[in-house]
Amino acid sequence: MRHLFAYILKHYFFFLFLLLEAFSFSFVVQNNYQQASFINSANKITGSIFNTSNNIDEYFSLKKANYSLVEENASLRDLLSDSYRITDTLIYYQKDTLFQYINAKVINNSVNKQKNYMMLNKGSIHGIRNGMGVITSAGIVGTVIEVSKNFSIVISVLHINNKINARVKKNRHLGSIEWDGSYYRKGLLTDIPTHVRLYRGDTIITSGNSHIFPEGIIIGTVEEYFSKQGDKFNKARINFAVDYNNIYFVYVIINLMKEEQTQLETLQNNE
Amino acid sequence: MSNLYLKNILRFFILILLQVLILNRINFGGYINPYLYVYFILLLPFETPGWLLLISSFLLGMGVDMFSGTPGMHAASSVLMAFFRPMIIKSIASKKEYEAGMQPSIRDLGFRWFFTYALILIFIHNLALFYIEVFRLSDFFGTLQRVIYSTIFTLLLVLLTQYLFIKPSK
Repeated sequence: MRHLFAYILKHYFFFLFLLLEAFSFSFVVQNNYQQASFINSANKITGSIFNTSNNIDEYFSLKKANYSLVEENASLRDLLSDSYRITDTLIYYQKDTLFQYINAKVINNSVNKQKNYMMLNKGSIHGIRNGMGVITSAGIVGTVIEVSKNFSIVISVLHINNKINARVKKNRHLGSIEWDGSYYRKGLLTDIPTHVRLYRGDTIITSGNSHIFPEGIIIGTVEEYFSKQGDKFNKARINFAVDYNNIYFVYVIINLMKEEQTQLETLQNNE
Repeated sequence: MSNLYLKNILRFFILILLQVLILNRINFGGYINPYLYVYFILLLPFETPGWLLLISSFLLGMGVDMFSGTPGMHAASSVLMAFFRPMIIKSIASKKEYEAGMQPSIRDLGFRWFFTYALILIFIHNLALFYIEVFRLSDFFGTLQRVIYSTIFTLLLVLLTQYLFIKPSK
């Protein structure tokens, strides 16, 4: 026993190295299985620092932010009930509210990793819950995966394990969007049935099948369509509609019918 | 002596903040990112005891991890880099003898020595970092390409920083 002790003491540099590596890797592995728990525990310290840096940063992007807000105002004005009414009030009808939006600010964001997350400056006290969708006025952004009191973490579209239900706008065929971890402006549309032909410029939207996003939110446009003989499904490379390196304000989507939808689904699964 | 401690502690915090607040947002060509924070490990004095070298590198990596939301990744690669540091120092010959109070720097040991030293260590660090990040061996060469680009980019910044803070030799 004493020999062992002396041995370890003699080669302590190596053993300390092993110990620290084991420690680090336990974090890596843990994080690979249970998403982002570590990030959440660090929220309070890092959140406030990022908030400060973001406040400074914001001054430099005021022009851009204003521009996108004005643009959005215009499109919202289009959606006002007034814009729909022609003369006959009988034609006009309004559906019950299905989705509500909470606006939030992105205070930390990355696009250069394989697994990108962003942090929002709102959390559970503002009504944000796990699993809510996040969009900007230009298109889809991601899904909330961790919420603390004042902040929340969003798993970005730019995450190699993130798969999103998508639809081709012109013929309503389903597919899914993936990201291969290389360039942050380009994604991959997979699982397209072989008989569906896509062309450059076709719009890809959210499918509305996942209870997270309403249908019709823009994801991107097709850049190149690949079809290989013998494959069951084809692929297409798409350009993302949103520049993920350049997001300031986002909307978190509350699906008011989510509970009812998931309840119905569990009933069906139990059958 | 206490001056040396203070200098390194300051460098530790400044480099973490510089990394997470500014450098993490640089995406050269979409995803190539400089990791200048390893400059701290490169510049620790020669006589730093082994345990301090490893533990400070671990804390440095952990600090960057906390802010980037990548638990363990930077810590693991920083510790690996620190582990190799004494071996690299021993194996690269220098024209000048190592003397007490010397720092691993261009001023004390010359450009060629520092270049080789930084290149090897940064490459080890980036190699570990990128392969831990993808956590699989598929797309091996794609990842290797990113390692190489990132190493070059980081090395350039390290050399630049050396020249920026160089003091005229006595």
